[in-house]
Amino acid sequence: MKSAVIVFPGSNREGDVARAIALISGDRPEMVWHADTSLPAGTDLVVLPGGFSYGDYLRCGAIAARAPIMRAVREHAERGGLVLGICNGFQILCEAGLLPGVLMRNARLKFMCREVFLRIERSDTPWTRRYNAGDVIKVPVAHGEGNYEADEETIARLEGDGRVLFRYTSPEGELDPEWNYNGARNAIAGILSEKRNVLGLMPHPENHVDPVVGPVDGRGFFESIAATLKAA
Amino acid sequence: MLPNEPKITPELVAEHGLKPDEYERFRALIGREPSFTELGIVSAMWNEHCSYKSSKVHLRTLPTKAPWVIQGPGENAGVIDIGDGLACVFKMESHNHPSFIEPYQGAATGVGGILRDVFTMGARPIACLNALRFGSPDHPKTRRLVAGVVAGIGGYGNSFGVPTVGGAVGFHSRYDGNILVNAMAVGIAETDKIFYAAATGVGRPVVYLGSKTGRDGIHGATMASAEFGDDSEEKRPTVQVGDPFSEKLLLEACLEIMRKGCVIAIQDMGAAGLTCSAVEMGAKGDLGITLDLNAVPTREEGMSAYEMMLSESQERMLMVLKPEKEKEAEAIFRKWGLDFAIVGETTDSKRFLVRHGGDVMADLPIKELGDEAPEYRRPFAEPKKLPVLDPASIPSPLPIFAALEKLLGSPDLCSKRWVWQQYDHLILGNTVQRPGGDAAIVRIGDGPKALAMTTDVTPRYCEADPFEGGKQAVAEAWRNLTAVGARPLAVTDNLNFGNPERPEIMGQFVYCVRGIAEACRALDFPVVSGNVSLYNETNGRAILPTPTIGGVGLLDDLAKSVNPAFKKADEAILLVGEFGAWLGQSAWLATVFGREEGAPPPVDLAMEKRTGDLVRSLIGERLLTTVHDLSDGGLLVAIAEMAMASGIGAALDAPPPGFPSHAFWFGEDQARYVVTAAAADLPRIETAAAQAGVKLRHLGRTGGSQLTLPGENPILVSTLQARFESWLPEYMGSPA
Repeated sequence: MKSAVIVFPGSNREGDVARAIALISGDRPEMVWHADTSLPAGTDLVVLPGGFSYGDYLRCGAIAARAPIMRAVREHAERGGLVLGICNGFQILCEAGLLPGVLMRNARLKFMCREVFLRIERSDTPWTRRYNAGDVIKVPVAHGEGNYEADEETIARLEGDGRVLFRYTSPEGELDPEWNYNGARNAIAGILSEKRNVLGLMPHPENHVDPVVGPVDGRGFFESIAATLKAA
Repeated sequence: MLPNEPKITPELVAEHGLKPDEYERFRALIGREPSFTELGIVSAMWNEHCSYKSSKVHLRTLPTKAPWVIQGPGENAGVIDIGDGLACVFKMESHNHPSFIEPYQGAATGVGGILRDVFTMGARPIACLNALRFGSPDHPKTRRLVAGVVAGIGGYGNSFGVPTVGGAVGFHSRYDGNILVNAMAVGIAETDKIFYAAATGVGRPVVYLGSKTGRDGIHGATMASAEFGDDSEEKRPTVQVGDPFSEKLLLEACLEIMRKGCVIAIQDMGAAGLTCSAVEMGAKGDLGITLDLNAVPTREEGMSAYEMMLSESQERMLMVLKPEKEKEAEAIFRKWGLDFAIVGETTDSKRFLVRHGGDVMADLPIKELGDEAPEYRRPFAEPKKLPVLDPASIPSPLPIFAALEKLLGSPDLCSKRWVWQQYDHLILGNTVQRPGGDAAIVRIGDGPKALAMTTDVTPRYCEADPFEGGKQAVAEAWRNLTAVGARPLAVTDNLNFGNPERPEIMGQFVYCVRGIAEACRALDFPVVSGNVSLYNETNGRAILPTPTIGGVGLLDDLAKSVNPAFKKADEAILLVGEFGAWLGQSAWLATVFGREEGAPPPVDLAMEKRTGDLVRSLIGERLLTTVHDLSDGGLLVAIAEMAMASGIGAALDAPPPGFPSHAFWFGEDQARYVVTAAAADLPRIETAAAQAGVKLRHLGRTGGSQLTLPGENPILVSTLQARFESWLPEYMGSPA
């Protein structure tokens, strides 16, 4: 599988996701500089990694969404190519208009780094085929602005089209405000584009893939992507 | 006198923190009246913070050598060899004064400064730790300071992209007017690619890199070298503003030009900014430095030479580059969007020459600026020894488990989850032991090696007996590292004290340093870097003596590390070390009675070493399933922490005859660990302990969901957890 991880000034989890992809697929991603204007030939998967692009001194992701490389990313998405935005990458996808909605400041007004439980809403996507719908996985979050919000119409459309892929739940998979730490609307942790080839999520499955450092609930996520691209 | 410069008066000299005799010494050195800029420069170089003038003579007594030490104190950070061609570069530094005045930026720039110290040497930072001391929870400023400092540390480290993996948080009324923010950074470099400050070669360009210079932080180091009065809030303009985004770019750009072999010498601009970095480069390299301030990138119009030389604007570096690589280095910096300017050159004159707008603003002997700084042997008073408390003389007003609940719910011993959850402790994907254990464990590359790291000190012990307290701080850091299975390698020390001009404070300092030196020698645990912060005092009231010890150790195979969480039911719970009953200066005495009395527990360093070496070798042989070192709160707090970390309870035996129950369970005798093991492994463990001459005692068995003790009402582990987790969120008024 051929993947490209976009590096913006201030990205900082690009190494984590590249390592997870290499660990699980066996193929090391190309690191692509934000100022480049094209993706490596034959790229299957584009990853916008976590971090604080441009310091996040404006709205998170707002400047990165206008970086030179983003035109190529947009074209890749339009061709149906896979685009994954994790954390700051999710924020960038929203700012770039590739996904709807915004990520607001966490309801508790603090940065938080902790494990959360995610319910996988469906398994018939390129991203989750190695899980079953309803599975609950434990992965970390690390963000100050992950409180997903959109207007009523957008939420209704996302929900109606089954485009909410991950939700914050209790360990048993129950929706409960106690377990929705950042206060996201409908406990939304990750959403898909209409064609389901673009995914944005706040949590970091890439940090839960290695048994030496913790749980491995995030492996299925990268295994799913690898399986999707192998099948294609 | 230069145009537009103020006249040098005794008042102006005093405002710069120079004593009249220090000023005279400087005048004699240069043979004339200094210019205003020169006065600024010397005040920056000769203040306590930069010159260590009160502490140097004592710091020299610390052991700093071992076969694995590559670089001891005196550089930006200490460097130790960890095998496989790799070195660990680490240091701890205080940002106390600025954090009290402006907690978010003070703490943030503390983190930024220490990270810069580490990557200046060519290392990529892999972890941060910190040690924080706040005033009494009842003090009106405490809550705001906790919120600001924690947010500032997180704000910088999270954005920069290094995990904050460990630390300590404590509260005491003696920090009401002077909080402590000690930040530690740990990095990894290749042993043959370590960079130093000493410039070489004459006529080489001196290059300024990073962010632009502004008016922030002027006199920061001078401020940090004086006591506070009631007007401390007015010093806010001396606090710098952090920009972790620029620092991240600076890191990547610096490592890139180092990789490409462009760098001869490098020094970050920390305290006293351009002045200190330029003088260090010249003085260490036996060269002169000429600076042309017109070339310095500035953020504001019309900055004077004085302001530029004293600005502590963050995220800046000074380098001497290989002339043939200059263009390549410039291209790399431009790529990262950072300023790159040639601001001077090296000379053979050994003068520090500063030009601005055609005028010579300063012309000073560079070696003497550093080496001829005053050095004091300040008078010190020998600390008074306190009597040893007889445990039988202290009544126990509470049932054992009620006292345990109270301890676990106290500000010092409660869970610090509210704090560390605001720090990204997982980024880079190598955090093996997360916050909450005895020491953090961070994998090196893809393993199997890992570094263990910790910060520790018990200030109330240091106050009661500076010598024993200094020993104990080192011993406890060593014990923390041992408890996860690591071989302790070296120390960075951050010595926080009050006003050294008072003999009793100087006495605390001198005796703490003697204790640290003795323990480091006995445990083969050299000091390789550090920082001294004096004048932590407001209106004549000093902090508790707080020599924070940052320790680093090595695990050859992280698969063999252990943590404090009970693993399963029906395992034996053992005490490695002696039974004890030492209640003097214990957390129990302070929490249950509000009393801080008596002599603190003495540290028998030979026993410490024997016991720790045994525990480490048992971990290496995989005979121990759980290990926790004993510290604040003694045996029962340690056992409760092991239970809470796992949800598994324990059935404990009654104390042995002759030991009052409360003293047995809450005494803080040193050199001890609680461990668990499978029944089948007990004979081997007992044999090893007997051979090592270390006592091994049975305390009970793991299992169930509660702690039980003969004659006491049992208590649910979940009740303890709730108590342990609740104090800080309730105090701060927001969930973790």
